Amino acid sequence: MNSCRTSLATTSSAIAGSVRRSMMSSTLRAPMVASLRSMATATSEPARPASTPRMKKLKIYRWNPDEPSSKPYMQDFEVDLNECGPMMLDAILKIKNEQDATLTLRRSCREGICGSCAMNINGTNTLACLCRIDTDLTQTTKVYPLPHMFVVKDLVPDLTQFYKQYKSIKPYLQRADYPADGKETLQSIEDRKKLDGLYECILCACCSTSCPSYWWNQSEYLGPAILLQTYRWLADSRDHATEERKLALQNSMSLYRCHTIMNCSRTCPKGLNPGLAIAKIKKSMAL
Amino acid sequence: MVTMVVKRGGRLTGLQRDVLNLYRSCLRAIRKKPPESRNNFLIFTRRQFEQHRAISKSDFTTIEYLLRRGRHQLETYSNNGVRNVAI
Repeated sequence: MNSCRTSLATTSSAIAGSVRRSMMSSTLRAPMVASLRSMATATSEPARPASTPRMKKLKIYRWNPDEPSSKPYMQDFEVDLNECGPMMLDAILKIKNEQDATLTLRRSCREGICGSCAMNINGTNTLACLCRIDTDLTQTTKVYPLPHMFVVKDLVPDLTQFYKQYKSIKPYLQRADYPADGKETLQSIEDRKKLDGLYECILCACCSTSCPSYWWNQSEYLGPAILLQTYRWLADSRDHATEERKLALQNSMSLYRCHTIMNCSRTCPKGLNPGLAIAKIKKSMAL
Repeated sequence: MVTMVVKRGGRLTGLQRDVLNLYRSCLRAIRKKPPESRNNFLIFTRRQFEQHRAISKSDFTTIEYLLRRGRHQLETYSNNGVRNVAI
């Protein structure tokens, strides 16, 4: 499974590399033959080094739980951007493949649909697979795990609490009766539209871990990601447990620790708006 | 997990009490396991604590981390599906 995923990632970076090379040659108005040949070599030997290496410096957070009394530290790495895909995940996987196999991180889909590779890159929570490498070679890119979470190892945060909170909101359809014909519960097009901007959430925890309120009250405040999901079920026309769901939020901590800081909407790598969803919950609870 | 330098009748620090509480709840969890595998669980538990005996008692962050990990492990191993542990 793992090797399959890794090979997917390397294929993508190889393709990206060949695309970039062909674009470069066309912008430089190179002869057609040269451009064709570079395409051909790109497919046959993907890792052909370019003339001048473009070394990008990366600082990555390291901590090994097998030596619990050792302190976390930042390790320096250098990656040649000519031989690397365009995304941060490509760079980190290249380091893991070629320089230090002990570097630990979660990754799976390499296209922003699984939410595994959420980490803090240059001070912003984002998915490594959706974050381009800053091509300014004078700047060092810093990579940390998600902030204010317990660290399992290197870039892997402990999301146990996050998942427990998700479980606590009962994220599934609740209704007493289902259609008699045994088929799916139908919904009008307008009702379905209410779920747009909610169902896309992949629970990467970028928004929750960027929220100062969540940092200080992690045990009780649900956080933007989970509240967005709560609203997803409140807004669903097929769900009949609206009152119970609202009742569960009727306390000072679960929902009302949101002080509209809006870091969540600013950081969301999928471009969703958890802040708006929380505001809608507050409105529906007040009216 | 921590070197217990405790005077007879002396007061424990909060952290020392936490470690002892964790150990106690481990022992209580072992009693819910099938009789034939209880000894294995006991040896396993003791080994988990003993291997960190050398940690300085003022190394709070490490002890807190190990406590957290220990509680997590306890939660996992307390599951009724876990019948035995290999040692």
